[in-house]
Amino acid sequence: MSTQATKKPFGVPWETDPFVTPWPEMRPFWAAAAEGRFLMPRCGDCGKYHWHPRAVCPFCHSRKIEWIESPGRGTIFSFSIARTWSPPHAIAFVKTAEEPVILTQLVDCDFDALRIELPVKVKLAPVEAGRWMPFFAPER
Amino acid sequence: MSLSGAAYIAGAFEHPTRFAPDKSVALLHAECARGALDDAGLTFRDVDAYFCGGEAPGASPAYMADYLNLNLKHLSGGELGGSGPIGYIGHAAAAIQAGKCDVALITMAGRPRAVGQATGTEKQNFPSDIPFSPFDVAFNWSILTIYGSYARRHMHEFGTTSEQMAWVKVSASHHAQHNPNARLRQVFTVEEVVNSRFVADPLHMLDCCVITDGGGGLVVTRPEIAKSLKRPLVKLRGHGQAMTVNNGGMVDMVHTGAALSGPLAFAEAGVRHADIKYASVYDNFTIMVVMQLEDLGFCKKGEGGRFVMDGNLISGVGKLPWNTDGGGMCNNHPINRGGMTKAIEAVRQLRGEAHPRVQVPDCNIALASGPGLINGVGHYHSTAILERE
Repeated sequence: MSTQATKKPFGVPWETDPFVTPWPEMRPFWAAAAEGRFLMPRCGDCGKYHWHPRAVCPFCHSRKIEWIESPGRGTIFSFSIARTWSPPHAIAFVKTAEEPVILTQLVDCDFDALRIELPVKVKLAPVEAGRWMPFFAPER
Repeated sequence: MSLSGAAYIAGAFEHPTRFAPDKSVALLHAECARGALDDAGLTFRDVDAYFCGGEAPGASPAYMADYLNLNLKHLSGGELGGSGPIGYIGHAAAAIQAGKCDVALITMAGRPRAVGQATGTEKQNFPSDIPFSPFDVAFNWSILTIYGSYARRHMHEFGTTSEQMAWVKVSASHHAQHNPNARLRQVFTVEEVVNSRFVADPLHMLDCCVITDGGGGLVVTRPEIAKSLKRPLVKLRGHGQAMTVNNGGMVDMVHTGAALSGPLAFAEAGVRHADIKYASVYDNFTIMVVMQLEDLGFCKKGEGGRFVMDGNLISGVGKLPWNTDGGGMCNNHPINRGGMTKAIEAVRQLRGEAHPRVQVPDCNIALASGPGLINGVGHYHSTAILERE
């Protein structure tokens, strides 16, 4: 079984997504995502990446967070298939090359071929509310 | 300062219902409050502190306090998830020790079954003001796919098998057969569990807890008050709570909050694992019992699968009698929260009031422990160690 990344823009601008508007400091992430660029937050003081993004470093609490464009590569750390959904989908935790683990949904994948440590790459796609989210797909 | 001996659990009540289409959430809370106070031999007029969780009407203790017309000197609450009531035992003891109150009431109740909630499988609709929400919510993750991912990682790292995890359900079912109120009284085999359909592989349907309506109540009092009542004395010996944060994404997915709350509770209680005659450990999914027993120190990390096998958790059979009411696996998981029923069965065991077929002989020290909420892989966790005096 597989899922297709048939995500087409829903005609809703990302700027009005109710998950975007309460978070003014996160706008650079969503603006880049809508252009197909995946940004990861890195602390300008301690140098560590973190996920989920926030404006305060969770490790040293510095406010100097820099947005670094990422190729979005990683490996599957663990995953599970939501069998009760129609169609089913795969939820995964992806260990990024930058180190933080990202909770995501896998697309363009054969469920039976999924395994821990499988290389995956980010695939930004819009969701109904308007913002573009970092889905991941197995590397081809 | 230690909470050891600061307070006693004087009243405990598990609502007998498992399906409540004709009762509101507030009424269920009220019935749980009344049941716990009756059990203690106290009245609503004696209550001067109240604690409840996010499932209460308005997600605040204020509205139930008004509904019950309580006269309070202390109140607290909030969303700590299923483990909240175990946490509130410690919060109540601290308030009692500080002289803020004498008789603390804790309630938890709800009716997910009556409203047809698909608790584990439905997507988690966290509000947009929760910091992780914008980055998670639209992926349609569910409680099940998070715990399924936990299970797969544990299997990957330690070789844990589905058959080993199945023993958690099997053990609970051996206990639940003796509980007339249990949602499921059927005794399951390992084969039945691993042959049940996948819901979030590697988790099967029978790796999951039940969905029930109902709830429970606890009354925590100052030692002098507990000693003036007619019930057996159950003392808080040690308490620990912690928040397992996602650590900015630096997670291992094989540790639970029990690795934090457990050592705190054991240190405060000054007891060792061999002293624990009975353990209530929150069983939302089979994998979580395996992981928490490791993290609480009943076996080494990675050996939880082997530890739960072959009836080791079955009262009268194994070394660690566990969830003798049938647990969340088979008995009751009111409003998707397992902490209250864990504390109640620990109190029953210490009083010698568990079902005779599952009562642990000379049960003088018991543990109740569990997680609450799930944020990515982060969660609240609390552990209480109780002693029969």
